[in-house]
Amino acid sequence: MIQALFILFAGLALGAAINVLAQRHVLYSALSLIVMLASMSALFILLQAEFLAVINVIVYAGAIVVLFVFVIMLLNLPADEDGEDRMRWLKFVGIPMGLVLLGEIGATLWNVVGATPSEPQIEGTAEAIGRSLFTTYLLPFELTSLLILIALMGAVVFAKKDL
Amino acid sequence: MIEYVTSANFLFLIVKMVVIFGGVMTSLAYTTLLERRMMAFVQMRPGPNRVGPFGLLQPLADGLKFLFKEQTSPGNANLILYYLAPVVSLIPALLSFAVIPFGPSLTIAPDIGVSLLFIFAIASLGVYGIMLGGWASNSKYPLMGAVRSSAQMLSYELSLTLSVVGVLMIWNTLSLTSLVTSQSGTWFGFIPRWTILLQPFGFIVYVVSAVAETNRLPFDLAESEQELVAGWHTEYSGMKFAMFFLAEYANMVTVSALATIMFLGGWNGPSFGPDWLKMALPTFWFLAKVFVFIFFYILIRATIPRFRYDQLMAFGWKILLPVAVLNILVTSLVVALL
Repeated sequence: MIQALFILFAGLALGAAINVLAQRHVLYSALSLIVMLASMSALFILLQAEFLAVINVIVYAGAIVVLFVFVIMLLNLPADEDGEDRMRWLKFVGIPMGLVLLGEIGATLWNVVGATPSEPQIEGTAEAIGRSLFTTYLLPFELTSLLILIALMGAVVFAKKDL
Repeated sequence: MIEYVTSANFLFLIVKMVVIFGGVMTSLAYTTLLERRMMAFVQMRPGPNRVGPFGLLQPLADGLKFLFKEQTSPGNANLILYYLAPVVSLIPALLSFAVIPFGPSLTIAPDIGVSLLFIFAIASLGVYGIMLGGWASNSKYPLMGAVRSSAQMLSYELSLTLSVVGVLMIWNTLSLTSLVTSQSGTWFGFIPRWTILLQPFGFIVYVVSAVAETNRLPFDLAESEQELVAGWHTEYSGMKFAMFFLAEYANMVTVSALATIMFLGGWNGPSFGPDWLKMALPTFWFLAKVFVFIFFYILIRATIPRFRYDQLMAFGWKILLPVAVLNILVTSLVVALL
């Protein structure tokens, strides 16, 4: 049962992720991203990490992608036109980085395959995640909040031309 | 799997789904009638009173009319998204009822520990219906309505979510069922242990942002008739329009139910009489409290004029949000010191 659901949602997530890249129209890409995020949440639920699943939907599908779609609608962007692509040089960065990531995933899988599955160490409840965030992972957590603060200040500077 | 499907538990689950879903859908239909009749009484008009006694069959007549209307769609619309939008609106609105505890054992999915966050997550997806509907219609008024409405919902969702943080800090749980059970009993023997007495500011912020979040007067800028015809659903007719309509009422019932659970003690209330009455009373108290909220929302709609758009944004960001944040600060201080 769980395996069938896993295959279903993993396939949906992969298909939607590929569709994000394949679509010419940016709105369809954003909508595929929502499908991808929803399937990710379903996978989290199968792993009994219900808090992560819900937060994933609230933060990404419910807030960030809403803003994407909002901006796309506001500017009413047309579909991509063929022509000179000014972001071409990005593939010289993107392809090596993708390969590195693929290598890392492969290495992780190599280590995991064959090992006996152990009991999950962290529970998916809000309490367990909160506790580990404020003890073991306190420094990364605070650094991330600093990063968000900097981004916020940047947004204010952009919005107000003369401070 | 097969043992589970044939077990009594599964049958019980199906019965609960049918009871809750059927009850909710019927009450949504009758909320529309209640709204029209009550607003008519407030404004000294008779209201719809011809179909059946006191107009009680009016929702049925409306439903039939919606079903048999000709299905039209705008010429240059993006048809896939145009038909998808009402569905995307209605499904999240109905999904929330899966975790709402109508009584001690009347919940479809009682074991979800983060049921409150689940409702917020599902509710945050409802805005896509409005956005897609406005965009796919390929028409000016719907687009303007959708842009306004999504900006409004994003702004007020913030204060809505922050207003309940105080409640969560006091009762120390994210589960709706445990929120209700923590509010059982009384203080000093006669004051009910309801959160509203501890969190009056949180309650006010919640109620105001809930009205804005459901796009109702005085915050219904998205469909203000004088400027935008009908907002994002201008190009929708027949059952597609009815689905948007139902979603709006379902959201209204959801925010009322959440307010009842978080601030008014949920199904807690006096329990007396024979056993069958004791079984039924909690659900009755719950529904009665929800009804009070719906009554209140309809009265607001009948009496208060609409905000201007800049007033709406200023009110949300400069008044509601600071009050919600201050409420969190003070509550966390008190909770930490006690």
